Amino acid sequence: MTGRAFPIGEDELQAFVDERLDGERRAAVEAHLASHPELAERIALERRQRAILRSRLEAKFAEPIPARLRIAHLRTARRTSWMNAWPRIAAAIALFAAGVMAGWFANRVVPVALPPAPTVSVAQGAQAAYRTFVVEVAHPVEVGVQQEAHLLQWLSKRLGRKLAAPDLSPFGYRLMGGRLLPGGSGAAAQLMYDDASGRRLTIYVRAAEGTETAFRFQREGDAATFAWIDQGFGFAVTATATRDELLPIAEAVYRGFEGKS
Amino acid sequence: MADAELLLEPLIPALRRYAYALLRDHDAADDLVQDTLERALSRWSLRRSDGDLRAWLFTIQRNLHVSALRQGRRRGAQVELDEATTPSSAAQQESGIEVQDILAALDQLPEEQKSLLLLVGVEDVSYDEAAKIIGVPTGTVMSRLSRGRQRLRTLLETGRTTLLRRVK
Repeated sequence: MTGRAFPIGEDELQAFVDERLDGERRAAVEAHLASHPELAERIALERRQRAILRSRLEAKFAEPIPARLRIAHLRTARRTSWMNAWPRIAAAIALFAAGVMAGWFANRVVPVALPPAPTVSVAQGAQAAYRTFVVEVAHPVEVGVQQEAHLLQWLSKRLGRKLAAPDLSPFGYRLMGGRLLPGGSGAAAQLMYDDASGRRLTIYVRAAEGTETAFRFQREGDAATFAWIDQGFGFAVTATATRDELLPIAEAVYRGFEGKS
Repeated sequence: MADAELLLEPLIPALRRYAYALLRDHDAADDLVQDTLERALSRWSLRRSDGDLRAWLFTIQRNLHVSALRQGRRRGAQVELDEATTPSSAAQQESGIEVQDILAALDQLPEEQKSLLLLVGVEDVSYDEAAKIIGVPTGTVMSRLSRGRQRLRTLLETGRTTLLRRVK
């Protein structure tokens, strides 16, 4: 049987777009398209749009799973929600009573500050460092890119982790240099990049608790930050950019550091 | 129930991708995925052990999305308009503009066509599975897929995606 024995239908064209035809039928469709240039153009466009759609969403697929979507986390939340209903109601009553009493002693009430999650404190550290040094004209970096090898060796030694400078040239950013900063209970490293228009971007690394790998997005004024924890270190990428612009850069940096501890 | 974690977690990236493409908002997408996973966990013992777990999860997620659309039409439309007017794409390189537009263009399609383009074209769900997820015969899947792609093509060809405002 040749392809001509079965006329090519729209279903088959769709299956061709989806690359789901086996060799014989695919060849038949290809032959049909070869003699129908207008249809061939349409199908080529549909294939191309399918490919664009896939690549547009690839980065989303590659993102690390946020902590709140981890099954273990969801399970714990579920258990607490129905097993602990009564204690929670009791707690609510107690809180209400405490609130009433607090009203009488209003002057002495101090808000309880929870310690921030590690990613939050990394993001905050990164943003503070960004704000401080990104506006610096005379000395934006402590050691310039001319001494890149020395810079990275020095920062690696002080951090206790091998530090490489990710290549951000695909995004138009080139390394300017870096500096050492106080961060958390030890040292933090800041690498600074800029693009052709002088826009600056920083990568901030310091030791941090935890092995969680979720990306956390934070914006403060113009400065946007993606921060994450990986194998005992906190990382943050900060720039004056939109979330959508910054995300692929953060992903590239994440991939650059992943597994290089 | 111990196997839920092992079986579910590898499927989360695909659920997040589908949710993000539907909503074009990272946080709202993760909310949808969380609802999906919570529902799956609460019905874990009811799932058909011979059925495809991934298709089951896509079904749950799509149903949640559709019922949320029905409940909050006005709110959903507002979010889309806000995002459509964000001038972020202007700063992106040329290839970026094209791929940015494809999600905006996809957003102009009816939900069913949009879901089919995503489930079949991106998630590689089979036509038969897609038919079960959407709840229509396979033949209908094929014709809606074709119509969806045709419409997407027209939208991108005329380049009017950013000018079009969906009227609900």
